[in-house]
Amino acid sequence: MERIPILRMGSYLLVTVQVDMHDQLAQQLQEDLAVKIVQTGARGVLLDISALELVDSFIGRMIGNIAATARVLDVATVVVGMRPAVAITLVELGMSLPGVQTALNVELGMELLRDRLEETVFNDHFPE
Amino acid sequence: MSLLVEILTKQQADLLSDWNRDLVNQTRTNGLSEKEIANQSKMLLEYLRDALQQDGNAMVDAPAMSRVRQFLVDVADARARQGFTPSEIAALTFSLKRPVFLRLEKLANGADQLSAEIWAATELIDGLGLHTLNAFLRSREELIKRQEQDMLELSTPVVQLWKGILALPLIGTLDSARTQVVMETLLQKIVETESRVAIIDITGVPTVDTLVAQHLLKTVTAARLMGADCIISGIRPQIAQTIVHLGIELTDVTTRATLAGAFQLALQRTKLNAAALHEFERAKSGAKEF
Repeated sequence: MERIPILRMGSYLLVTVQVDMHDQLAQQLQEDLAVKIVQTGARGVLLDISALELVDSFIGRMIGNIAATARVLDVATVVVGMRPAVAITLVELGMSLPGVQTALNVELGMELLRDRLEETVFNDHFPE
Repeated sequence: MSLLVEILTKQQADLLSDWNRDLVNQTRTNGLSEKEIANQSKMLLEYLRDALQQDGNAMVDAPAMSRVRQFLVDVADARARQGFTPSEIAALTFSLKRPVFLRLEKLANGADQLSAEIWAATELIDGLGLHTLNAFLRSREELIKRQEQDMLELSTPVVQLWKGILALPLIGTLDSARTQVVMETLLQKIVETESRVAIIDITGVPTVDTLVAQHLLKTVTAARLMGADCIISGIRPQIAQTIVHLGIELTDVTTRATLAGAFQLALQRTKLNAAALHEFERAKSGAKEF
């Protein structure tokens, strides 16, 4: 069965959506990612959707769910590279994805994750 | 309508010169030379003759008239662009009545035939006139639509203030169509320039009601989804009061009174990332030393 690969990069997981997501694929990704996070003990997830051209409310909700699942597992999620058309569609659908962090591209997304992670490490070392 | 066909066939040159005299006397030429006008009326008469020879009772919408119709549309289009008024355009065909009626009077046998012929000719010429006017209006409407589109595109410039900082000075009323264009151009520019902060300046927006606010919020949300922060600036005192009176919730959006204030904040934000990182590096190396 077709699956979206989840790559491990240090303490981060990298998910690059290269095909048009259909419902089953999104559902599968959500499940796989949760399993992978627990398996690897990852601290951050980077979801790159720069190749995603079509979204509907279901896919929009899935993106939100993926981030929420990750948050429950104490993992920071950054959605990167959303296309203008996709952003407009989601807004028109009334889905502003609250609680999902976003970045313009993979580089900035990685930077954001690193900042977040270092912040938590920093706070662990220097509790207020 | 046999007499009209006869006039168009046998007395064409005579009719043409008579009609042309009327045309030149009655209407402004608006830069068109007499020769051009004469040429156009000659073509029209020829097409009309051909059409009537094909179908003696043809009205404007008859298939035989297709070339006449096309010709009138072309002429109306051209004149609309040259700045003719609607009455001048209408006069083009309606002025054909006098010379035609004069000749019908001479040829007709008795009052009955004359009135029948005149009625038929009137109907035909009126039809042609209305068709021309319709074409004229259509081409004006197209012109207006095109200008509207041009204005829409011209009125939404996205400028880059600094590396990673975009500004969008909005001028004029925000409606749905305009918001769509604004949103698209802003998001496109964010992708192109990889900007993290976008400032939407509404100094030039005369009024902000709930609808406009909703449009603004949509744009801000879309930008956030793509990973860029939006700051709304240029909120005049009256508009700030209106926003509060209307109960518009702007708590999720960063706002500033002036573009300068927003720019300062944007600079801070883009620098903050680097500065915070630097600060942290220092603290980390300090921690190691202890």
